[in-house]
Amino acid sequence: MANSFVGPRGRVGVAGHPYSSLILPVPIVCFVGALLTDIAYVNSGGNLQWLNFSSWLLAAGLAFGAIAGILALIDLARLRELRSHWGWSAFGLLVASLVVEFINSLIHARDGWTAVVPTGLMLSAIAALLVLTYGWAWHESRYTPEVRS
Amino acid sequence: MTRLVPMAALLALAACGSGQKVDPMQQVGPHPYLPKPAEELVADIGVAKVVGWKQGEAPTVPAGFKIEAMATGLTSPRNVLALANGDVLVVESQRVGSEPVDRPKDPIRDFIMSIAHGGGGADTAGGGGPPQRITLLRDADGDGKAELKTVLLDHLNSPFGIAVLGDQLYVANTDALMRYPFTPGQTKITAPGQRVVELPGGLIDHHWTKSLAVSPDGSKLYVGVGSNSNIQERGPEAETNRAAIWEVDAKTGAYRVFASGLRNPNGLTFYPGSNTLWAVINERDELGPNLVPDYMTSVKDGAFYGWPYSYYGQHVDPRVRPQRPDLVKTAIPPDYALSSHVAPLGLAFYTGSSFPAGYNGGAFVGEHGSWNRKSYNGYQVVFIRFANGQPVGKPIPFVTGFIGPDKLDRGRPVGVAIDRTGALIVADDTGNTVWRVSYAGGAPKPTA
Repeated sequence: MANSFVGPRGRVGVAGHPYSSLILPVPIVCFVGALLTDIAYVNSGGNLQWLNFSSWLLAAGLAFGAIAGILALIDLARLRELRSHWGWSAFGLLVASLVVEFINSLIHARDGWTAVVPTGLMLSAIAALLVLTYGWAWHESRYTPEVRS
Repeated sequence: MTRLVPMAALLALAACGSGQKVDPMQQVGPHPYLPKPAEELVADIGVAKVVGWKQGEAPTVPAGFKIEAMATGLTSPRNVLALANGDVLVVESQRVGSEPVDRPKDPIRDFIMSIAHGGGGADTAGGGGPPQRITLLRDADGDGKAELKTVLLDHLNSPFGIAVLGDQLYVANTDALMRYPFTPGQTKITAPGQRVVELPGGLIDHHWTKSLAVSPDGSKLYVGVGSNSNIQERGPEAETNRAAIWEVDAKTGAYRVFASGLRNPNGLTFYPGSNTLWAVINERDELGPNLVPDYMTSVKDGAFYGWPYSYYGQHVDPRVRPQRPDLVKTAIPPDYALSSHVAPLGLAFYTGSSFPAGYNGGAFVGEHGSWNRKSYNGYQVVFIRFANGQPVGKPIPFVTGFIGPDKLDRGRPVGVAIDRTGALIVADDTGNTVWRVSYAGGAPKPTA
């Protein structure tokens, strides 16, 4: 099946490569990573290395996620063919994961065990799910509606 | 949509706030009310911007007392020692550098703290850099103002505690206890110091002030060594021999941990005429605006006071892992709560004779003031009456007005001392002033 997809031309990008291939994976890696390091923290019985690791992953994921969100908004404004069900869903999921992880980073700023157990771990799991769904939806949005039929 | 439910629930939870409705006066004395821990989404923070004292402004003292600036234009005076000959030694000191960044939270916290500490007042003598010196004040004509203000000893390393023992001046730098040959009356120390014992300093050095007291028989020194973190979030390795009071042999420098589990002990002072060591302790943060009350306590040899595993005896802190029920079982409660986050850093028992009789043997406590609660607590010197060597009643605000009606910070009290004439001396580190409170007659007895 020969899929045609939007871009790279027209999308915000670097030297012809759309940003999505560069920046989109960062919040995904960071937020899924934070879930893993949270689990490692709990399993270690409180080895603070893992809590610090999670905190930095959340901070990096939030920073790059915010950039991804701004660029996605510019793409959505400029390219009519992206304004599909998938395009808007992807954007909404990204924003939702950022909101959850912002709250989560405040929880993770606590000192010690309660930075993760139970609220931090729960939010990390929710956000990991959201951000994975976001990546999937954004990928789907690259296909033009015509070829999807 | 279902994914929004936990989020909404969480936001609702955050909006509820801490739920800790506590009057600070419920948290003073031997049995403070302790609410449930309330870890907030964003810690309750209130720090006052430092504006300093304008010409003619001064803290407030009770009727019958008089307060005057003994010396102004100092830089971050943190501790005072009144000598028998009338000279007052002032420790001008700040920490050097900032703590290493372990988490994104660390630089944010440092920034908030820098607001509350102001920029320092007078330029440092050496030009730039934090002050690292002991300044001598001499009021030869007895008018309450120092005519002589001269640097006694410079280029120290974040000093805090000082004591005179025999012909030596002991200085507790943040990383070492030092001694210098010193004869009262001397205005300059040029002799090189001798290191008595190394103290825990290092890169983090979270609670850096090392308080110092001499045993009544002059054989031992007691050094307060604060913790390296709030509740061990830098790891247990960073806390070796910290959150403790050390007993150091004055001659040999041999030391042992005298008491432990004291998060940040300061104001080490022996009760006059006794062998009982007292201290004021800064308790842990970020369990809500009304936990954990700071306290004043007599310090028992070998006792464990809970930090970091528990507070006020055996109230377990949920944040510390691994837990240590074996240690918590041995934790004893302190004597007297001062209420939450007041940050007591100075303690002096009244040994003079110029204040009314009710002050005899009572405690003056310098409360540097809170950051971990929206409504300020502390920012005053309180007086606590003693009977039979034990605190009685509630703390009475004695020197107040450090936070003005405009909620701006004129100054913050730290170390306190009683001088030769029985006046109270107060180091004010953001006001860059040393205050002297004397009795002018006609005051009622303190009631509590």
